[in-house]
Amino acid sequence: MTEENQRRVVSVIVINEASVLSRITDLFSGRGYNITSLTVAPIPESKYSRLTIVTAGSVRVIEQITKQLHKLIPVLRVYEHEDMVEKEMAMIKLPITENLSDINTLCEAYNGKIVNAGESTIIAMVADEPKRIDNFLNAIKRYNPKEIVRSGAVALER
Amino acid sequence: MQISGAQMVIEAFIAEGVDTVFGYPGGAIMNVYDEIYKQDKFQHILNRHEQASVHAAEGYSKASGKVGVAMITSGPGFTNAVTGLADAYMDSIPLVVISGQVPMSLIGTDAFQEIDAVGISRSCTKHNYLVTDAKDLPRVLKEAFYIARSGRPGPVHVDIPKDVTAQIAEFDYEIELDLETYKPHTKGNPRQIKKAIEAIAAAKRPLFYLGGGIINANAAYEVREFVQKTGIPAVETFMARGVLSHDDELLIGMLGMHGSYASNMAMSETDLVIGLGVRFDDRVTGKLSEFAKNADVIHVDIDPASISKLVNADYPIVGDVKNVVTDMLEQVGKIDSENYESWRETIINFNELHPLTFHEDTDRIKPQWVVKRVGELLGDSANISTDVGQHQMWTGQFYPFTRPRQFISSSGLGTMGFGFPAAIGVKAASPEKTSINFTGDGSILMNVQELMTAVEKKIPVINIILNNNFLGMVRQWQTLFYDKRHAETDLSVQPDFVKLAEAFGGIGYRVKTKEEFDAALKDAVEKNVVAFIEVIVERMENVMPMVPSGGSLFNMMLLEKKGDK
Repeated sequence: MTEENQRRVVSVIVINEASVLSRITDLFSGRGYNITSLTVAPIPESKYSRLTIVTAGSVRVIEQITKQLHKLIPVLRVYEHEDMVEKEMAMIKLPITENLSDINTLCEAYNGKIVNAGESTIIAMVADEPKRIDNFLNAIKRYNPKEIVRSGAVALER
Repeated sequence: MQISGAQMVIEAFIAEGVDTVFGYPGGAIMNVYDEIYKQDKFQHILNRHEQASVHAAEGYSKASGKVGVAMITSGPGFTNAVTGLADAYMDSIPLVVISGQVPMSLIGTDAFQEIDAVGISRSCTKHNYLVTDAKDLPRVLKEAFYIARSGRPGPVHVDIPKDVTAQIAEFDYEIELDLETYKPHTKGNPRQIKKAIEAIAAAKRPLFYLGGGIINANAAYEVREFVQKTGIPAVETFMARGVLSHDDELLIGMLGMHGSYASNMAMSETDLVIGLGVRFDDRVTGKLSEFAKNADVIHVDIDPASISKLVNADYPIVGDVKNVVTDMLEQVGKIDSENYESWRETIINFNELHPLTFHEDTDRIKPQWVVKRVGELLGDSANISTDVGQHQMWTGQFYPFTRPRQFISSSGLGTMGFGFPAAIGVKAASPEKTSINFTGDGSILMNVQELMTAVEKKIPVINIILNNNFLGMVRQWQTLFYDKRHAETDLSVQPDFVKLAEAFGGIGYRVKTKEEFDAALKDAVEKNVVAFIEVIVERMENVMPMVPSGGSLFNMMLLEKKGDK
C-alpha cells in the first residue's frame, strides 16, 4: 500500500438541501484532508447536486475520505474516479494592447477563444484537462495577464 | 391532525415510547415546555446544567438500550450541551437532542441567545436538522429517532426556532420514511463470513477482541455462546466490559493502555484477531506498527469507515455484529476448540507471571480495594458508572462485571463530569438496581450541581469519591514522564464533601478505614437517598500496568512485585 500523496478526483452525489456543502467541507477540515478544488451544481431535473472534489492523499486516506463521505446522511453516492474524462475551465483577463491574434490562436489550442473585449482589457476562456490548463497558464504569462480564474475540475467516469 | 410544532414534539416522543426526558427550559424552548407541563405520558427530569441533561440521557440510553432524549434552549443552553453531544458521538450512543432556537425572523441577526447551533453540532453529531417549517417536523423527528438508533448509533440534534414551535401544521407520525441516501448495511456478506470461519479454524492462536459495538447491537449473549463454543480466549475493550462475565474462564481481561499483562501479551502473540464491534482506538492498540504484528485480522463492524481505518482488515465484514455472529454460530462446528489448548495454556502462564493485582502495603485504603469491595458487596445488583481518570481505569480493571449494560463510562471523549449525571440517567432507566458512580475528587466537582437533581427527583445515586487530593491520572503522567513536576494537579484545597452533599439534602460519609467503608456503603444503600461516600485513599497510587502513550502493547510498565524494592 503506497503512502505517497496522490492526486484523486472524487465525485459526490448529495441531496440538494441546506448546509449540505458545509457537511462535506467540515468533514474535510475536521479530519485534516485536503481540498485542492471543489465544484458544485444541481443535477438537472433531480433533487440532487453533484460535487467534484480534487484531493490528495495516500491510498488509505483516500479510502477513508470516500467512506466518511458515504457516512454523511445526505450523500447518495461517492465515485472515486479511476477512468474518467476530466475538464476544467479558466478565464483570463489581458490588456487589449497585447497581440490579440496570438492570444486567440493560443486559446484555440486549448478549446477556447477571446470571449469579451472591453475598453482596455479582453477576456479569454479555455476549457481542457487541468494539467493542460496549467500549461496554458504558463504559456499565457508572456501576455501579462491581469487576472486569472479557474473553475476547478469536473469529471465523468467513462 | 392540526397541532402546533411544540405539540408535535410531545406527540412524537409519545409515539416513540419515550418515558423520560432530561432537560432545562429557557426562552426559545418555552412553547415545548408549556406542552410538557400539560401532559402526563412521560416524566421530565430537570438537571441543573444542560451538559448534565445530555449525560443523563446518555446514561439512560446505555442502561436501557433505548434512544435517550434531552431538551435544551438556544444559545448558552445549547453550547452547554455540546460536550454531551460530542461524548455521545464518540461512544456511539443513540440520542435525540432538541434545542430551541431564536425565531426564524431573528436568525442571523445576533439576537439574544442566538448561536449557529447546527453549525456547531455538525461535527459532533451523527446528523442534525434546523427545522424551518412545522410541516417538516413529523418527518424530521421520525428520521431523528431512526437515524439515532440504526446503523452505528449516535446523537441526532434537532434545532427548532421558537416560531416554528408555535406554528400550526398537519401532524401525521405514520408517514413512511424515505431515506434514499441512508441505508445501513446490517447483514454480513456470507462469503466473507465463510472465509472468516475458515481462518478461525486454521488459526493456532486466535483471539477475540470484543468492543462496545457488541453492547450497542445487543449481541452479548450471542458472543458469549460463540466464545464458549469455540474455546477461543477473549480480551475486552473498556467499552465492552460486561460482554463476558468476569468469571468466564475464556475472558483474559481488558486490553490497552491499562490492560492486563496477559491481555496485552495475548494481543501481541495472537495469529488471528477476531475484532467484533471495535474500532482499534489508540488507547487500545498502542503503537500501531507493533500491534498484533503477526496476526491476520477479522473485523466485524456496522460502520464501513471503521474497517481498515487504522489496522488493515484481512477479513472485513460490514454488518450488525448480532447478525454476523448469529450467522457465524451456524458454522461453528467447523471450529475445533481442542486446537487452541496450548494457546490457552500460554495465556494462563501470562496471567500467572503478572496477574492483575495491587499491593495493600500502605496505611491508607488502596483505591483498587474500594472497587473490588463494592464488587464483593453489590456485584450484579449494581449498575456502575464512572467519571474519568484513575478511578475509571481501576473500575474497568477490578469491578466484577456480570452483564452488558451494567457499566457506563465516558470512553472516547473522556469527559470528566460524566459519571454523576449519567448515573442519574442509569437509575431512571433501571430503578431496581443500585446505581453506583465511581468518581474522583477532581471529576465530581465538574457536575456536582446534579446533587440537586438527584435530591429533587429522589434518585439515590451513590457517588464513591476516591479522594487522593490529586488530579490523579495527570499526576501519574507527571510523576512518570515529567520528572515529578506536578503542575496544577495538587487538589489539596477541597470542599468538605460530606457537608456539600448535606447542603443539597443528600447524605455524606467520610471514611478512612475498610470497616468504615463497609458501614457507609451499607447505610447508603439502605437510606436510598443520593450519597457521597468520600474515601481517603493512598495519594500516590498509580494505575498499572501501563503502556506509555505511543508505546507497543507488549512494552508495559508493570506493578513492582513485592520485595522488588
